[in-house]
Amino acid sequence: MNREGLINAALFLGLLAVPLWAYAADEPFTITLATKVAILALAGVGLNIALGLGGLVSLGHAAFFGLGGYAMGVLASHAQDYSALMEWPFVIEGTKSMPVIWLVAVLVSALAALAIGALSLRTSGVYFIMITLAFGQMFYYLSISWPAYGGEDGLSIYVRNGFPGLNTLDPIQFFGICFALLALALWLNARLARSPFGLALNAARQVPMRVETVGLSPFRLRLIAFTISGAITGLAGALFADLNRFVSPTMFSWHTSGEIMIFIILGGVGRLYGPVAGAALYITLEHVLGGLSEFWHVYLGLLLLLVVLFARGGLIGLLAGRKVAHD
Amino acid sequence: MTFILFIEQLLNGLQFGVMLFLMAAGLTLVFGVMGLINLAHGSLYMVGAFAAAAVAGWSGSFLLGLAAALAAAAAAGALVEMLVIRRLYDRDHLDQVLATFALILIFSEGTRYIFGSFPLFLDIPDALSGPVILPGGIAYPAYRLAIIVTGLVIAAGLFLLIARTRLGVRIRAGEADREMIAALGVDISRLYTIVFALGAALAGLAGALVGAIQSVQVGMGEPVLILAFVVIVIGGIGSIKGALIGSVLVGLTDTMGKLLLPALFGLFMDNSSAQATGSAIASMLIYILMALVLIWRPQGLFGARA
Repeated sequence: MNREGLINAALFLGLLAVPLWAYAADEPFTITLATKVAILALAGVGLNIALGLGGLVSLGHAAFFGLGGYAMGVLASHAQDYSALMEWPFVIEGTKSMPVIWLVAVLVSALAALAIGALSLRTSGVYFIMITLAFGQMFYYLSISWPAYGGEDGLSIYVRNGFPGLNTLDPIQFFGICFALLALALWLNARLARSPFGLALNAARQVPMRVETVGLSPFRLRLIAFTISGAITGLAGALFADLNRFVSPTMFSWHTSGEIMIFIILGGVGRLYGPVAGAALYITLEHVLGGLSEFWHVYLGLLLLLVVLFARGGLIGLLAGRKVAHD
Repeated sequence: MTFILFIEQLLNGLQFGVMLFLMAAGLTLVFGVMGLINLAHGSLYMVGAFAAAAVAGWSGSFLLGLAAALAAAAAAGALVEMLVIRRLYDRDHLDQVLATFALILIFSEGTRYIFGSFPLFLDIPDALSGPVILPGGIAYPAYRLAIIVTGLVIAAGLFLLIARTRLGVRIRAGEADREMIAALGVDISRLYTIVFALGAALAGLAGALVGAIQSVQVGMGEPVLILAFVVIVIGGIGSIKGALIGSVLVGLTDTMGKLLLPALFGLFMDNSSAQATGSAIASMLIYILMALVLIWRPQGLFGARA
């Protein structure tokens, strides 16, 4: 195993060990922090499929994160007050079942990613960044101006949704669910990267013209990657809403897109465990710096600036001693 | 809906569009000349508004506040260019996005640290505080009319600057081939600093002008920044003309959509759900416009390259 492999294993086991230790030491808050890391890392893994594999700098992933969140909020709020989500042409009831909510979140965000991707991928470079950013903001303003689901105030869910056979209100059990989904997404990401699709996508990132010459369509490759990427980030959104038992337009805000991107950069672009390392570092910083100063975003900004300007491989690049993940 | 209300909203849309132009012009210049995506442009707008509110509040003079806004935003722009942006020209867009996102965090929290979390207020100058009677007997706020005129004058000035002056020639040459003009003896890094400071000054001016209509607060630049991006996507990168037409189009679409859509839905829905649906769709209208332009012309209305 090379150095990066060792670091990845350490990250994986570390993220598992911290909440287990906290469970033994009876520190539920630490378990919640670790759960947050797992969920945000999952969102980052989603974006990393577009960004790291496909080279697509999307500043609109908050759209999918938020759609996942609202999928949970809308379904659970209808279940909570026993009103039907839709009565015509057939009745759809709300639900408090996590697997159903996840399915809806993944489908809705995949569809949105397909539509946004189909439009945005007609362009590239700076245009792509600005367009994804703008479409993300579209959902933000829509959620604010749609009063039926809380508008600006968001939606509160009183009891966390259920998973068959588990007590999701127990922090360690909810962490287990989130961690398992993160592990699944990481496995999927690794498989995807080695698959013929992943290799073609990687090639389309580097020399699109050659990919076209051999008869593959870079547009289609990128669109599929963008859709998978959006779906995973949507799933993370549903979990994040469940963690807080609250959804609000903030999940759609472009700061959220920026933060998800920050996880990847702090950890290292194009690296499988980049989002995990980045999310862990981010939450730790938020916790430590946030305790020191009310204005901790200044320090976060400075740190990010230094990483971008001087330490381009991110945390994993620094530890593994290799500047770039792939050439 | 009366005719007068319609004209008033049309002018409001124009005023909003002209404002967006001041933002979009700086962004599109920096894109066009340096190939750089600057998310922190909204922060320079905020710097302008805060400088204007602070100086006008202290001196009692709106004009002094305006001058301070221009100076502060241009200085902040030049400083940021020399310290940070300069290192990003050769980097890919991802690095530019992140570094300028980091600048937003620093600017926003820094401003909150200096001025606190509460909004500041900038008063409209006395001479412009009343309404103006337009032909047709329409009373329209003089200050908003002054913004429209100022914006149009600046747009004309910018066209002249680009088309007729030595600096403009260099800017256009920089867009076409930066190595070549460097080889011809133009101090390219100074040119970049000047262009960046010019864009920053325009953003700062926009911030100061709008600061008298809205409250001056941290984060005020970000919604405007995103609208300016929509403008540039519609108008085409690097095109000042595209930025002007895109701005007016976005300004009018947004304002008129908010006025007309609820009324339109009211024709076949009950009043309260027409209001809700109308305003929700209106909030998406400019993005729908953007999508339509993209389907038709991915490089924007006046864009040369995609």
